[in-house]
Amino acid sequence: MPCTFREVITLRNFEFFEPTTIEDASSLLTKYNGKARLLAGGTDLIIEMKARTATPEYVISLEKIPGLAGIDYDENSGLRIGALTRMRTLEKDSLIRERYTALAEGAGEVGGVQIRHLATIGGNISHGSPAADTAAPLLALGAQVKIASADGERVVPIETFFLGPGQTVLNTGEIVTAFECPPRGENEGSQYIKQKIREVMDLAFVGVASSAKSDNGTVSDVKIGLAAVAPTPLRATNAEAIVNGNSLTADLLEQAADAASAQSSPISDLRCSAEHRREMVGVLTQRTLQAAATRAQG
Amino acid sequence: MQKKPVTLTVNTDTYDLLIEPRKTLLATLRDVIGLTGTKEGCSTGDCGACTVIVDGKAVTSCMMLGVSANGKEITTVEGLASRDQLHPIQQAFMDKGGYQCGFCTPGFIVASKAYLDENPNATEAEIRHALGNNICRCTGYTKIIEAVMSAAEVMRNS
Repeated sequence: MPCTFREVITLRNFEFFEPTTIEDASSLLTKYNGKARLLAGGTDLIIEMKARTATPEYVISLEKIPGLAGIDYDENSGLRIGALTRMRTLEKDSLIRERYTALAEGAGEVGGVQIRHLATIGGNISHGSPAADTAAPLLALGAQVKIASADGERVVPIETFFLGPGQTVLNTGEIVTAFECPPRGENEGSQYIKQKIREVMDLAFVGVASSAKSDNGTVSDVKIGLAAVAPTPLRATNAEAIVNGNSLTADLLEQAADAASAQSSPISDLRCSAEHRREMVGVLTQRTLQAAATRAQG
Repeated sequence: MQKKPVTLTVNTDTYDLLIEPRKTLLATLRDVIGLTGTKEGCSTGDCGACTVIVDGKAVTSCMMLGVSANGKEITTVEGLASRDQLHPIQQAFMDKGGYQCGFCTPGFIVASKAYLDENPNATEAEIRHALGNNICRCTGYTKIIEAVMSAAEVMRNS
């Protein structure tokens, strides 16, 4: 049927590939180095292509590669989340909600429902945004990033994955394939809090996730992830050291809050001032630590 | 650039198309197939006017390539009414005045349909949260939410 309406905004021409193996996808990325982009959920890439801030000549879809989406859990080996798993899937998965609560909360904070049906965890992390909503939870949950290329596989802890805004350790031809987290028991809890201006469809101006094990009021294995308050998402390791092995007294929580604030290096931008961000890192560190410990006790 | 063959099931019809990969699903629906009920608002996934249901899930069709929808089942606003009867959500938007200029309406109706299919007993707060990806620039949200709540009740009772 001919259409007399104005045509919708479209993209520059590109060649489209749908490889069925990681090796093929990686080889294409290497062959068209600098001119190719990977397509997962598309919710970052397609915006960039419309804005012409990305003009790839080749787009390589990961959709047809089997085994890239899905959640598996084993009491011994822990959690494995395929890179192509959608935010909406993570948000609603009962195991993630119960055992890896901060991640369900982070995934549920991305965009809106329609965006979360498309957006993937691999895309959220590979994009390298300091404000990525799954970054702080994955840091707090001790995630390892599985990376594959035509030359083989490697695994890096998520702490070392981010290099700067939009920059990661991924080399030419490398693709994030999965995230792995240690198994978690009943006595472990976690929480992610995102500070934002709008209820939905907004980026974090501060994001904090904490995870802790709690035994009779003593917390251990504490991990705190911070987002949107430094050039990369990062662990608040000094705050972790302050509370680890202790009970969460008001005094200790305050010390941890100060330590987390001191470890952040936020900027001022249109969303928020650096001073407010630094202050909120402390506040949210206290709140998420307490919630993690409470959730750990069931 | 080489066109790609795709097969899309849109509402009840199957289309075998040859499309440029750069066509979004929205562009494929509107400019290739000619179903213009699905609207383009922001074109960046923020406003939800382009919402369609792909394999049971509401997505912003401006954020998806047409070639990525190959083999999938798509429901647009045109596919909700049966021959002589509006879908309860459409009827409720009319009865409650859940629209002003009407541009965001198809997106709201389609997003509501997908969400109520998933959660028929949704509370008002849940509906408001689930429709957070849809923007009404006339800001007629109160009537929109009333319409969705009322449609949910009709759908539960039928």
